[in-house]
Amino acid sequence: MWQRIGRLIVKEFLVVLRDPRTRLILVVPPMVQLLIFSFAATHEVRNVVLGVYNEDQGLASRELLDRLHAIPETFSRIEYFADLRSAEEALSAQRVLAVLHIGQTFSKELLSGGAGPVQVLTDGRQSNSAMILQGYLARILEDFAGQAAGGARVAAPPSDEAENLLAGADSAPAAAKSLGQTLHPISRMWFNPNLNPIWSTLPGLVAVLSNLVALLITALSVAREKELGTFEQLLVSPLRAGEILVGKAVPAVALGGLEGTLMITMAVLVFRLPLSWHGLQVLLAAMPLFLIAVVGIGLFVSSLARTQQQGLLGAFTYQVPATLLSGFATPVENIALGLRWIAYVNPLQYMVSLARMAFLEDPGWDVVLGLIWPMVPIGLVSLTAAALLFRQATLLAVTGK
Amino acid sequence: MPTPPSRAKRIWSLIQKESRQIVRDPSSIMMAFVLPMILLGLFTYGVSLDLRHISIGVVVERMTPEADSLVAAFRSSGYFRVRLAEDRRLLEPLLVSGQVQAVVVIPADFADRRLSGQPSPVQVLVRAAEANTGELVLNYTEGTLRQWQQNQWVAQGLGARLPGVQWEPRIWFNPEADYLAAMLPGSIAVVMTLIGTMLTSLVVAREWERGTMESLLSMGLSRAELFLGKFFPYFLLGMLAMELISVVGVVFLGVPFRGSWWVLHLVTAVYLGYALGLGLTVSSLTRSQFLATQAALIIGFLPSFLLSGLVFEIQSMPAAIRMLTCVFPPRYFVTVLRTLFLAGDVWDVVLPNTAILLLFAGVLLGWAMRATRTNLA
Repeated sequence: MWQRIGRLIVKEFLVVLRDPRTRLILVVPPMVQLLIFSFAATHEVRNVVLGVYNEDQGLASRELLDRLHAIPETFSRIEYFADLRSAEEALSAQRVLAVLHIGQTFSKELLSGGAGPVQVLTDGRQSNSAMILQGYLARILEDFAGQAAGGARVAAPPSDEAENLLAGADSAPAAAKSLGQTLHPISRMWFNPNLNPIWSTLPGLVAVLSNLVALLITALSVAREKELGTFEQLLVSPLRAGEILVGKAVPAVALGGLEGTLMITMAVLVFRLPLSWHGLQVLLAAMPLFLIAVVGIGLFVSSLARTQQQGLLGAFTYQVPATLLSGFATPVENIALGLRWIAYVNPLQYMVSLARMAFLEDPGWDVVLGLIWPMVPIGLVSLTAAALLFRQATLLAVTGK
Repeated sequence: MPTPPSRAKRIWSLIQKESRQIVRDPSSIMMAFVLPMILLGLFTYGVSLDLRHISIGVVVERMTPEADSLVAAFRSSGYFRVRLAEDRRLLEPLLVSGQVQAVVVIPADFADRRLSGQPSPVQVLVRAAEANTGELVLNYTEGTLRQWQQNQWVAQGLGARLPGVQWEPRIWFNPEADYLAAMLPGSIAVVMTLIGTMLTSLVVAREWERGTMESLLSMGLSRAELFLGKFFPYFLLGMLAMELISVVGVVFLGVPFRGSWWVLHLVTAVYLGYALGLGLTVSSLTRSQFLATQAALIIGFLPSFLLSGLVFEIQSMPAAIRMLTCVFPPRYFVTVLRTLFLAGDVWDVVLPNTAILLLFAGVLLGWAMRATRTNLA
């Protein structure tokens, strides 16, 4: 029996690796995607072109603008407009992402301890950037106004966390300051202290791309044989349904694992992600179980399909929601309760969390096991379902129906 | 001897054959109509970047009226689900395991320091393994703390002297920053790419793989005829899927549509020209279903998702990647779509982007024709 399975495994490897173009397409694109998408996948707001319509003649507005000029990584260019209409036109034509409209009395109000009027228009077509940019501008303006009112000179650019803390005491009204009633948060970001987006994107991407490779290999494997008519030959051979399943699953898990290893190596060597020995152990424990679960789903889809087209499109219809609900791009907590169960049966969701943990968090084994075990029943169920479909096909092939 | 059928008739029967193939295969229907509905469902209920009900832990080392009111501020903000503890050691493991997203530590001397006139620090620990979520949680937490401080000042009668800015934020075109409204127009681009590039490349590659393409060509069909026969059914399928997404989005999900329908149809038609051109080119060049879909995935689908500005903003990407997005047409299509849905017919946006799309469509369709010929020679 083992010899039979061994031969089938060799045959399956050959099917995938025989064609040089297929070999190429299994290795090169995932690497290139990892390179490109880990840089592209960021929710940060950078390189913004900001429009300014400044009605104020005073010093305060100029100081505020100097401050914005001092953070070119966020505001790469600031465009000035002579009237509100042209600024609004630029916003609607997407030449600027936001318009800062400083009111006529801005300096005067600030000097006399009042509130200087500021209007900020952002482009809701990019809703996430618009929200983040508003929060960011609000923080800059609050700091600025606080310091101006506290009589402190504008010194530190607002992006500088340490200076901000020192200046924090100044950002209160004079009266409150004399009472000492200021509150300042001292914030620490755990696991990713500089909020580097690549650190959180890359581990997720390793999981998503391994998922894709394993799924594509398996989704085609049975469907292709059905289309070519060789599946029936396989079924009437001495191989049992379970043996065919193992023969099909092993090469896919191995190739998916190889891809994953390559990507993890690249993450460490090229992107300099931290990976401890413990983290590596976590990945080594999680990856095979994850791949087995995915391969089970792939084989299930593939044995439902009659043609390669159906197999591929079926795999695709699985991959897209699985990625969207994995926590890769948006938090799992945001999924409506009614749909949350999908996240619990999605192996990718566990792998994305595990990969992030392994790289960044150095988690305890109790946490890791809590995320690993659900992949075992998922794998068992999907593999059993695929095996049942194989057996049904075998019966049909033998009875000639 | 029967007279050979007229040109129009030949094309028509080819179109009929292709259409029947689409209708008979459940996977085409799934790709064109079911997957888009799944996407809309996900964008409505599953996927969003705003945070609500963030689980946070608040450590109150000594309960005082001040600390109590600060906890109440977190509870009533609507953003947080608060878990209280007296010792940070009880909450830190929850932060590690992800059961809470942040821990706020109100130290024992909080009230004393406030009363004796010293600045009172509050520690905020945020779980930032997911950088974007971490940043949002930080913003909400610090915002709540600042808001509480402001309210305290107002309560103490310092409100009148509160200096600062009279802050009037407005988000144009999408005042509630609704994620669905931003995603729905863009997801049309994804679905058009799936139908135009993915599905078409698969179907045509199959004909090459099985050799039926040669038999079609040997039946006296010219390349142009064959091309039209393949092009139209999928073009129509794409247009129908676009209409379905738009109608469901606008009528049932409340997404605004402020542009004109004819512009939407026109731009979609141009983009479908590009997507179908790409699909036909890829399938003619690879002649294998597996390779064709892989190629369609890599140069068609993934860029439409990740390099189009749909999920991740282009302006925030590094310069090299921003340049790369320029050679993938989805970014132009997504820009026009968002403008049409949320802003209206802004010609400054619509015209240049459509012109670029037209260029891409022309090049790819021309290439597809060429690729068919070289393969036969």
